[in-house]
Amino acid sequence: MSVLYLVVPMAVVIAGAALWAFIWAVRGGQFDDLDTPGVRAALDDDDAVRARR
Amino acid sequence: MVSEALQAGAVTPAASPSAAVSCAHCGLSTPASAAIVSALSAEPGQRSGLETGEAPAFCCNGCKAAWEIIHGCGLERYYRVRDAGGKPARGTGRRYEEMDDPTFASLYCRPAPGGLLSTELFLEGVHCAACVWLVEKLPAVVPGVVESRLDLRRGLVRVTWDGGTTTLSDAARALDRMGYVPHPGREASAREARRREDRAGIVRLGVAGACAGNVMLLAFALYSGTFDAMEPGYREFFRWLSMGIGVLSLAWPGRVFFKGAIAALRTRTPHLDLPIAVGLLAGAVWGVLNTIRGTGEIYFDSLSVLVFVLLVGRWVQRRQQRWASDSMELLYSLTPSSARVVSREGSTWSEARETPVEALAAGDVVEVRAGDSVPVDGVVLEGESSVDQSLLTGESRPIGVRHGERVAAGSVNLAGRLVVRVEAAGRETRVGRLMELVEDATRRRAPIVRLTDRIAGHFVVVMLALAAATALAWAWINPAEAIDHATALLIVTCPCALGLATPLAVTVAIGRAARAGVLIKGGDALQQLAMPGTMLLDKTGTLTRGAMTMVRWEGDRGLMPMVAAIESRSAHPVARALVAGCGSAGGNADGVEATETTGGGMVGQVGGVEVAIGSCAFVRARAVVEPEWVRDSERSMVADGLTPVLVAGNGRVEAVAGVGDPVRDDAGAMIAALRRAGWRVGILSGDHPSIVRAVAGALGIEPGLTWGGATPEEKVRIVREQKSRGRVVMVGDGVNDAAALASADVGIAVHGGAEASLAAADVYLREPGLGAIVSLTHAARGTMRVIYRNLAASLFYNVGAAALAMAGVITPLIAAILMPASSLTVLGSSLRQRRFGGS
Repeated sequence: MSVLYLVVPMAVVIAGAALWAFIWAVRGGQFDDLDTPGVRAALDDDDAVRARR
Repeated sequence: MVSEALQAGAVTPAASPSAAVSCAHCGLSTPASAAIVSALSAEPGQRSGLETGEAPAFCCNGCKAAWEIIHGCGLERYYRVRDAGGKPARGTGRRYEEMDDPTFASLYCRPAPGGLLSTELFLEGVHCAACVWLVEKLPAVVPGVVESRLDLRRGLVRVTWDGGTTTLSDAARALDRMGYVPHPGREASAREARRREDRAGIVRLGVAGACAGNVMLLAFALYSGTFDAMEPGYREFFRWLSMGIGVLSLAWPGRVFFKGAIAALRTRTPHLDLPIAVGLLAGAVWGVLNTIRGTGEIYFDSLSVLVFVLLVGRWVQRRQQRWASDSMELLYSLTPSSARVVSREGSTWSEARETPVEALAAGDVVEVRAGDSVPVDGVVLEGESSVDQSLLTGESRPIGVRHGERVAAGSVNLAGRLVVRVEAAGRETRVGRLMELVEDATRRRAPIVRLTDRIAGHFVVVMLALAAATALAWAWINPAEAIDHATALLIVTCPCALGLATPLAVTVAIGRAARAGVLIKGGDALQQLAMPGTMLLDKTGTLTRGAMTMVRWEGDRGLMPMVAAIESRSAHPVARALVAGCGSAGGNADGVEATETTGGGMVGQVGGVEVAIGSCAFVRARAVVEPEWVRDSERSMVADGLTPVLVAGNGRVEAVAGVGDPVRDDAGAMIAALRRAGWRVGILSGDHPSIVRAVAGALGIEPGLTWGGATPEEKVRIVREQKSRGRVVMVGDGVNDAAALASADVGIAVHGGAEASLAAADVYLREPGLGAIVSLTHAARGTMRVIYRNLAASLFYNVGAAALAMAGVITPLIAAILMPASSLTVLGSSLRQRRFGGS
């Protein structure tokens, strides 16, 4: 069970990294507009679709 | 007229069902004969509502222009991805030259990386996903535009362009032609500040959520360990970790509560942050001590969850209020911000150049077309017209202006083109000075002590007293546990549900109100509207429609078609009212020859009869015979606040028409409903006292609550006077009401109001009519009922928790269960609110 002394701090560090990523995303403006990006992704360009095939 | 009527009649598909085509842009069914056909044709394989090779047809030129620009740039996909059924494109065809002016650039545009420029524009008519796609394809339409990002909810587009290859006006014209009319986004710096605030709020929310989740995980382990002997080493380890995360949560996102509490102490006003901060602080201090000592309870799980839940409540309310104020800002931006500047070229004037209003200076000359609003205070150099100053002064009757006379910014030019020399622009105008009055009134408005804050003031005292009593009692029973129990009490009574009670109820109410067409900027307005007080209504544009209408006709009705035929040659508001009023009488009048005579009337020949229509002086100068009843009906119309218009046929006065600004149909019912609810209803108008008295009489408003001829400054004074008798709600639409709106407890701006009134008001009615005010008071009462219910529920939990803590039986586990339970009760109660307006 002594592995807990290693695993739990690791979990905390990972949570901290996730939190840092979240804050980075917010400061970059990714949460300013919560409606449009979903719509934007749904409407891919024809050309882009063709290029991928 | 006739051809228009024919077309209008034929547009309905029923008239010629066999030959109907649907508009290639908006899908509106249009008869083939009336449709406009494009020179371009659809390319094979493209489906834009028509078959391959077939020439597209349109319902109007707006749609044709929009289709051609979309088609010409290879963006036909728009028609496949958009929602079924578009809207006819209503571009304005403006040139947007003012957007290229250096003054505009310095006010609205900012440099972007790479030597580019960027600005934000509000767009009208953005409604679905396809709009996002189309607007963001702007770089394909206008070379030189680098990026175009649309915020669907706000209708706000950020355009980035290369100043070397294109101009902003090109982009604006393209958007306009696609049917999205652009407006400069004002107050960019305020918007930026709010965006930063919003981001900080989301960061706090995220950090608080992450902390709460992680501490809860550790707490699970610790709680399981209580029943199932846990190795002391692990227990210590988990307690120290909980403390670390808990302290982080309190010190970072939880700091807002401590800040609020300190501000409340400094200003000596009760605030909900005070009991919250006391609970958080007590829990934190005792938890840290217990962690270091290695015995006793730690409460970091409850504290972190508390911080998170309270922040969620605040964020939700803020988001809803932000939406309402964003919508009002959009309306605010719709008001024109450009003027048409001309310069002298010999005996005539040069072509007009659109210029931002901010760039105008005294001495410039501007052109004001019929239907435009006057952008500056100035003197008329050329032209003759009548102007509607109702938004500015409250006066409902249009005023004639001619060479050498003054016009004021904010008035609307009704009839003909005017050339005006600028005397004052921007803040120097009368409107600008009125705005300073509004700002002053807003500053002087005392903040309202919210219901929860008032309760919180008592709450914190009771909480501390109970904690002290617990500590004393337990010091006598078992001194070792005294502080433990007192701390437990402070934590479990921490007003978590109390903090959610108001935000949730208010958020739900504001959301429902917005769907019913009422925008509410803040929750305070709802609290103020729940209890009856004095409601002061503006007359012109609020109680009345703000447009001239023919209300009465006395005398020979046979003349009505002739009057309609003659008056249809004029654009004067009285003439339009007569056309609308007489046109419905039916009948035909052909072979009309009409001449408009300035100075109050028109003369025309219809079927050999010479008809004179106009003011009393105008017609009396042309009519010889006048029956006796004419004087009487003229007097009675003046007494009723109407403008009498005489009609003479072949030199004999035959009829008298009464033209006025009639009271809205629903005004009487609204006032009666408000009275029943206990409101004192009054009229506060800038219009002529005799007209105001007439309206007050018709609506049964007592003379003691009727004020006419009030200047904006007097309106503020009267509102302040009435405030000494209780809360005052001001309802208005004009610039002249704005300061009064700002100084009242609640200011309500009605549909179609001036931008100044929008800036000053707390509530905006998006639909015409006054019925929404009654629904609003009902909704406010309903919301307050929900708030009371929520408060009762949360206090009930707190009393129970306090009793348990005093008895010394509370454990961190019970505290961790009680707190979400009370919050969920409040959440459920808030969502169970009835529909907006239901009583």
